[in-house]
Amino acid sequence: MAVVFEKTKGLTDTPFHYCPGCTHGIIHRLVAEVMEELNVLDKAIGVAPVGCAVFAYEYFNCDMQEAAHGRAPAVATGIKRVHPDKVVFTYQGDGDLAAIGTAETVHAAARGENITVIFVNNAIYGMTGGQMAPTSLIGQQTLTTPYGRTPENNGYPVKMSEMLSTLQGAAYIERVSVYDVKHVRAAKKAIKNAFMAQIQKKGFSMIEVLSSCPTNWGVSPNEALQWIKTNMEPYYPLGVYKNTLEEVK
Amino acid sequence: MAKVLMKGNEALAEAAIQAGCRHYFGYPITPQNEVTAYMAKRMPEVGGVFLQAESEVSAINMVYGAAGAGARVLITSSSPGISLMQEGISYIAGAEIPCVIANIMRGGPGLGDIQAAQSDYFQATKGGGHGDYKLIVLAPSTIQEMADLVQEAFDIADEYRNPVMILGDGMLGQMMEPVDFDNIKKNESKIEKPWATTGVGSRGHRNIINSLYLDPPVLEQHNYKIFKKYEKAQSKEKRYEMISCEDADVILVAYGTIARVAKNVMEIARREGKKVGLIRPISLWPFPEEPFEKTADKVKAYLTVEMSMGQMVEDVERAVKFKKPVHFYGRPGGMVPEPAAILNEIEKIYGGVK
Repeated sequence: MAVVFEKTKGLTDTPFHYCPGCTHGIIHRLVAEVMEELNVLDKAIGVAPVGCAVFAYEYFNCDMQEAAHGRAPAVATGIKRVHPDKVVFTYQGDGDLAAIGTAETVHAAARGENITVIFVNNAIYGMTGGQMAPTSLIGQQTLTTPYGRTPENNGYPVKMSEMLSTLQGAAYIERVSVYDVKHVRAAKKAIKNAFMAQIQKKGFSMIEVLSSCPTNWGVSPNEALQWIKTNMEPYYPLGVYKNTLEEVK
Repeated sequence: MAKVLMKGNEALAEAAIQAGCRHYFGYPITPQNEVTAYMAKRMPEVGGVFLQAESEVSAINMVYGAAGAGARVLITSSSPGISLMQEGISYIAGAEIPCVIANIMRGGPGLGDIQAAQSDYFQATKGGGHGDYKLIVLAPSTIQEMADLVQEAFDIADEYRNPVMILGDGMLGQMMEPVDFDNIKKNESKIEKPWATTGVGSRGHRNIINSLYLDPPVLEQHNYKIFKKYEKAQSKEKRYEMISCEDADVILVAYGTIARVAKNVMEIARREGKKVGLIRPISLWPFPEEPFEKTADKVKAYLTVEMSMGQMVEDVERAVKFKKPVHFYGRPGGMVPEPAAILNEIEKIYGGVK
């Protein structure tokens, strides 16, 4: 019988701990497939965050380091400076990357640190039970904004892709989503481009993935996918924000 | 290379390079800025990496990454910067990563000042960051000893897979003395790092650097495992110097820069006919109890001298097991106890005032 689908070698056999309907699983698979297709699993070193993806080191089938909250880009910098020819990536959520680790993120990009950052933006703190994230939308109700996020009290959601694309050290920045098949395919292509930017030694690459959190948004998995499209995408427009890649056939 | 005249901070940096360190991550802070400047110039000459981080928080996490990836890594800072690194140091100890951290101490608390002080003794020897862990802490009192201990620190760090701290102060960092790099004793047995994240390659299995163990019984075992190493360190890594203690009535206890002043005081007192000795702990953790066990039955009293409010006193009392009085004289805030003031304290002990 012909094999039509095989699980990527980029993932271990450890079952994911993610909630039903959460898109972390899809994003993990895309990153893993890309690493397998680029044939870099043997020389990849990943950095896991603190947040829902804290156990990413159990899932990605390559060497991994678990970082402190927000410090993944600094940890990745240390690894990359020791092994400049290895493929180094971080996998981080919005609290990790855009709140507590903003300095590490911005300066890794500013230095043109030749690493790839996978940024999962689901507009909420998932692991701690649904608090406001730096990317939570205006009006969004969370545990710490029970009356909705207001500009007066909480300011405005941070647009990391736009912000980082202004930095000269950033080589490839794209925002994607995974709410339907078409967008999942586009997300995979973006992730591949980001890893290619690193392999071509172009500098800092980041893919921001608009992701779902049905549990803490308090909606069904299907409604969560719609929520990304209806609520997040208008504020966080998809697209390539920076591209210095050489054309690859 | 014959003896060279060097600033303490530069000798610290050069000693690290001589010990095979090729990765240094730093952030400017006085009084250790010579280390970053020296490394910025020297690392490219030896094919190494110097990187100025955006903060001490980031720098220590670069160390976590680089040392976790198998490199010999040095990081240096001064008191407020070391406070910022405590999170990373706890993770490094928890994940069992070797590295060398040097604290060129200045006056505190808070922003304090930039003069030499010894007020980070508690932070260095009693934990500093969260969780059950220890640093092995070495305190040089000369620039030559600083260079010697940097080599030892790397070897100890690799052997125990634990961070080792060199605890110096601004005076030791800034002063110049001749240093001989040729005769530094090296550990020739190269320690392999099969646990490092270097990419799976032909290894056949994944390496993971981590300090997360969500299951309490598993984390408990991890803590026990780490403390087994500390038991070994307690039996193997205690270092001290003892001078003229055999017949001493009063023994001065001091480490680092102030031990040099204490030694002078001891010599002056001896010339005046007072039998004064000196115990100089070199490893502050593990703390060397032996010289106190050897002397506690014979001596009249101990006088601990520090550039702090007396952070080492309780370790001395513990080592003396309260058999004899442990007096203290010190000055905080970047002030240095003067010989006359220390002599005066010795007088008081002799006169029975204390």
